[in-house]
Amino acid sequence: MLLSALIILPLLTAIALLFCNGLRQVRVLALSGAVVQLIYVLWLLVVYWQQRPAGDAAAILFEEDHLWFTPLNIHYHIGVDGIAMAMILLTALVAVAGILVSWSVEKLNREFFFLLVLLSLGAYGFFISLDLFTLFFFLEVAVIPKFLLIGIWGSGSKEYSAMKLALLLMGGSALVFVGLAGIYFNAPTAAGHTFDLLQIARAAIPAEAQKLFFPFAFIGFGIFTALFPFHTWVPDGHSSAPTAASMFLAGISMKLGGYGCLRMALLMPEAAQAYSGIIILLATIAIIYGAFATMMQTDLKYINAYSSVSHCGFVLLGIGMLTKTAIMGAVLQMVSHGLMTALFFAAIGMLYDRTHTRQVAQLGGLLKVMPFIATVFVIAGLCSLGLPGLSGFVAEVTVFMGAWQNEDALYRIATVLACASIVLTAVYILRAMGKVIMGPLAGTGSLGDSLPDAGWNEKLAAGILITGILVMGITPFWIIQLISG
Amino acid sequence: MNEIPLTHILFLSTALFFIGMYGLFTRRNLITMLMAIELMLNSVNINFVAFNKYLYPDKLNGVFFTLFIIAVAAAEAAVAIAIFINLYRNHRSIDVEETEQMRY
Amino acid sequence: MQRPFTIDDIAMNYSSYIALIPLLPLAAFVMLGLLGKQLSRSAGILATLIMLVSTVLACYTAYNYFFVTGKVNGVYPPVAAFHYNWLPFSPGLSIDMGVLLDPASVMMLVVVNFVSLMVHVFSLAYMKGENRFATYYAFLALFTFSMLGLVLSGNLLQMYIFWELVGVSSFLLIGFYYDRPAAVAAAKKAFIVTRFADLGFLIGILILAFYGGTLDFNTLIYQLTATNSSPLTQSPQAGFPGISLLTWALMLVFMGGAGKSAMFPLHIWLPDAMEGPTPVSALIHAATMVVAGVYLVARLYPIYLLDVAVLQIITWVGAISAFLAAIIACTQTDIKRVLAYSTISQIGYMLFALGLAGYGHTTTGYSASLFHLFTHAFFKSLLFLGAGAVIHFVHTNEMLEMGGLRKWMPVTHLTFLIACMAIAGIPPFAGFFSKEEILLAAWENNRYVFLLALITSGITAFYMFRLYFSIFWSRTRSYPHQHGEGSWTMKVPLVLLGTAAVLVGFIPFADFVALDNQKEITIPLSFSIAPVTIAIAGIALAYLLYYKYNPGPQKLALALGGLYKMVKRKFYFDELYLFITKRIIFDGIAKPAAWIDKHLVDGFMNGAGRATARFAESIKAWQSGRVQSYALYFFGGIIALAALIVYWWT
Repeated sequence: MLLSALIILPLLTAIALLFCNGLRQVRVLALSGAVVQLIYVLWLLVVYWQQRPAGDAAAILFEEDHLWFTPLNIHYHIGVDGIAMAMILLTALVAVAGILVSWSVEKLNREFFFLLVLLSLGAYGFFISLDLFTLFFFLEVAVIPKFLLIGIWGSGSKEYSAMKLALLLMGGSALVFVGLAGIYFNAPTAAGHTFDLLQIARAAIPAEAQKLFFPFAFIGFGIFTALFPFHTWVPDGHSSAPTAASMFLAGISMKLGGYGCLRMALLMPEAAQAYSGIIILLATIAIIYGAFATMMQTDLKYINAYSSVSHCGFVLLGIGMLTKTAIMGAVLQMVSHGLMTALFFAAIGMLYDRTHTRQVAQLGGLLKVMPFIATVFVIAGLCSLGLPGLSGFVAEVTVFMGAWQNEDALYRIATVLACASIVLTAVYILRAMGKVIMGPLAGTGSLGDSLPDAGWNEKLAAGILITGILVMGITPFWIIQLISG
Repeated sequence: MNEIPLTHILFLSTALFFIGMYGLFTRRNLITMLMAIELMLNSVNINFVAFNKYLYPDKLNGVFFTLFIIAVAAAEAAVAIAIFINLYRNHRSIDVEETEQMRY
Repeated sequence: MQRPFTIDDIAMNYSSYIALIPLLPLAAFVMLGLLGKQLSRSAGILATLIMLVSTVLACYTAYNYFFVTGKVNGVYPPVAAFHYNWLPFSPGLSIDMGVLLDPASVMMLVVVNFVSLMVHVFSLAYMKGENRFATYYAFLALFTFSMLGLVLSGNLLQMYIFWELVGVSSFLLIGFYYDRPAAVAAAKKAFIVTRFADLGFLIGILILAFYGGTLDFNTLIYQLTATNSSPLTQSPQAGFPGISLLTWALMLVFMGGAGKSAMFPLHIWLPDAMEGPTPVSALIHAATMVVAGVYLVARLYPIYLLDVAVLQIITWVGAISAFLAAIIACTQTDIKRVLAYSTISQIGYMLFALGLAGYGHTTTGYSASLFHLFTHAFFKSLLFLGAGAVIHFVHTNEMLEMGGLRKWMPVTHLTFLIACMAIAGIPPFAGFFSKEEILLAAWENNRYVFLLALITSGITAFYMFRLYFSIFWSRTRSYPHQHGEGSWTMKVPLVLLGTAAVLVGFIPFADFVALDNQKEITIPLSFSIAPVTIAIAGIALAYLLYYKYNPGPQKLALALGGLYKMVKRKFYFDELYLFITKRIIFDGIAKPAAWIDKHLVDGFMNGAGRATARFAESIKAWQSGRVQSYALYFFGGIIALAALIVYWWT
């Protein structure tokens, strides 16, 4: 029950939300649910820390296993290892921050918070699943709310974006399902066909079947984490989504894909080895080309969305490199990017709420008017460009170090190109920052410099995410211990 | 008693079936079409009874099926005519060509 | 070239308080960053006091290191005071946060702390009344922390971490007046150019770390120099066409250093960086951050010694930078830009001396280089602070709008003159000694470089005294707002630095900081004749042209015509870079990338959606709404199925 509570708590919150009336009740309930969940996750982290055999990050703790659907041998099997623990922590942090920044959502507020909670529920379930079918189930739970969040509360061409995102992600899910079914029918376990991750991992799938089904599963999950060339839902989806949905989407939902890709690569090592060249090629393209495409964007949300494509490329690069260090770097990058991009979207949302524009050209010198929000923006930007002391550096340098351990010349070239992104990132981040935060004041409209700075909820949201970024950036050793022993 | 060969009966039911089908395709009046369908159902009934009698004389499955079909046909006629009456109230016509609202 | 491993029992003497030296400024940064608004005026005093404590600790460390611990086997041993496993990558490979003391780092420790303290004190008056006074001190503290961390680093990636932090604090300080577009542009330029160089540094680190199997300086040097079996040193095949991996690694690391030290052709950011507050320029862009490149090469010097080709590159990059920057400095009229170019020029001296020490007849260049770094820090920060005092007084950077200031600013005048003499190499000021050693090293190892350096030192004397005469003599003007020279907090740093600029030259530097097998440096008196003569000639020329306001300089500029214009426009380097970034990177790569993404990749996705829709459109007529046609399909289907079944069964 220890771990099931991670699903039950949001479920109860969601159900209770349906019986709420009025904005006040709704947001207080949603926030308290998320805060309780965060506290619970922190407590779970402590318990995990104590119970884990020293140095063994692969140990699965808090296991629960119930037979769910007998004919197909589907289990409700959950448990966490170090990586899953890190992802859960990320989810809990982003969820609290996301609910805090959507404090002022008025339109259909009950449904809005309901969907946010549902999305986080899907993410929690996904990260703790040890049964591939349960995993898939929760993946789907996390997709549907996105469609509604963008389609109903979005801005701009929201119907188009919502449709595009839902279709691409559904397509990804379909591919994932084909891959999982292939694993189900081919894993030579003693107990017959099974979806059980641990049993499959022990049984070693035949190389032929791996090579056939790995691409389905990997591309399917890859679509969630902006694998080139299936990344095009990212810019449109993020830019149309309301602030909290953007944060959830980039901070949590894209990580589902990365986590799934990682699990698939670990489950089918031979196939991952065989396809690693292609993965690295696509990842490198995403990193470089995403960065260049970012330079030409004029909308802040598009800038961050494209930079997410570039940054998520590091996750795939780390997975594709297959060295222990690189995979560790991929996990770090997931956590780091989750926090950083959520912070960035939060900052952009705060700016947009006040200035009603996201066009870089129309904004300027906002540091003078809203020092707090501007500082948040700067911190998010610096984290994005990999400044040491913030989480981005830790993740990227680990990926680079791990990637360089591959002696193959082509992998080296890919690594060098990926390194080049630190310059490209600096270019687009500083261009945006130099215009929006610094320079002569612009974009404040008739209110001039009397625009309000961040409110308590926004300060708290940013504070939570910045704390995460700083803790990870300044003391990376504990999170490395968590995920790799 | 002179046995009537099965083929005669089958010929009858086939003829009846295609007469019904002809009626279904050529009539524009919905009630006529319904009648044509009844013809086709009855041809099926004849088949059931005949096969039951000639092939499995000691069983009654075919007869049961026939009874089922008669019952369903009656119910169907009742529902269909109710629909037609409503249709007539709205359109002042029961011409099948004019009931195209449900297309794409 | 084997260095002894760190000696642990010595390390015990240090551990506790050395960490405080960088951590104190960090604490100041955090405090001022969070509570800056409440502290307002006292923020500066608080930061200054913290710096004072840190400086005292640094001096104590230096005393302890050089005089208490002293030499072991005739050399000062490197001491790893402590280290903490910060980010483990794989066994053996990790970022350790640690402190490595050796003569070079202890020397830098003192310099950075002292100059930073002077700048803190100076800024109390200079930045008075500034809105973001506390923020300014917070940034200064952040910079000091990063720079001290860089200096003390015992690990390659630790150094890289602080290297980047130094870069970002420089960015924040250059862009301190954030509402000025020029300051923002300069800050961005500085950050991006150095980031580009850091890319090289990072890749160099990856190569070195992979083959050395470690990131720790001492172990790395030991691994690469002691074991000749390393694939890094041996096989050029392992590298890229014909160039061994070691050469690549060292060149790339040097690229990082050249970027930070604003060496040709990555020098373009430094002159623009003068948009920051002047005391900041004194700290970052004169004495500390910009010499990080020299320090980096010195740190890895035993590895650099393995590869003569890279040392030659370093030599020539240094020599060319020294010469070109000196020429450009002669034509600039913004006093801070003159000083910026002179900084580039002086760092060029340090670098070529460092390069020459590796492959010539003598190795004196190493300590000469670091000696020049040491003396330069004092007189150059003095020059910048002096310029700051002048700018504070006249409210302009333009040399042409100044003149006759000696009457109003006697202290500044005197200290500025000392600094000018020092940089020009007039005995007995500090710059004379260090420059002489560098010239000697050049003379002994490479006559071409020596010639270039000699000419450059003449030009140096000329442009420095052009600056001096234009500011303090020339025609006397009246200044609308005649407040005094400035409060004591501005004068004290000038006087202290001035004293240092006179005295530090007499320190027997080579005794403290030198390569292990370096011989004593003795400069024959006769050698000094040429440099001093040429420096005096430069001063004389400046005296003729600028002592009294006359049309001479303008005539000269006209006579030189295109040549003058080319130098004045800094050899069109900015335009070249602008062309590369705007035309090639933005227009040539980024725009097509964005276009491809929007139209091809996304177009494909949208196209797939549209194709599905069009297909559906084309078959939707099948659903005609006519019951009879449905019945027809139905019966047709049944007949087809029946035919199939009959066909299969027979």
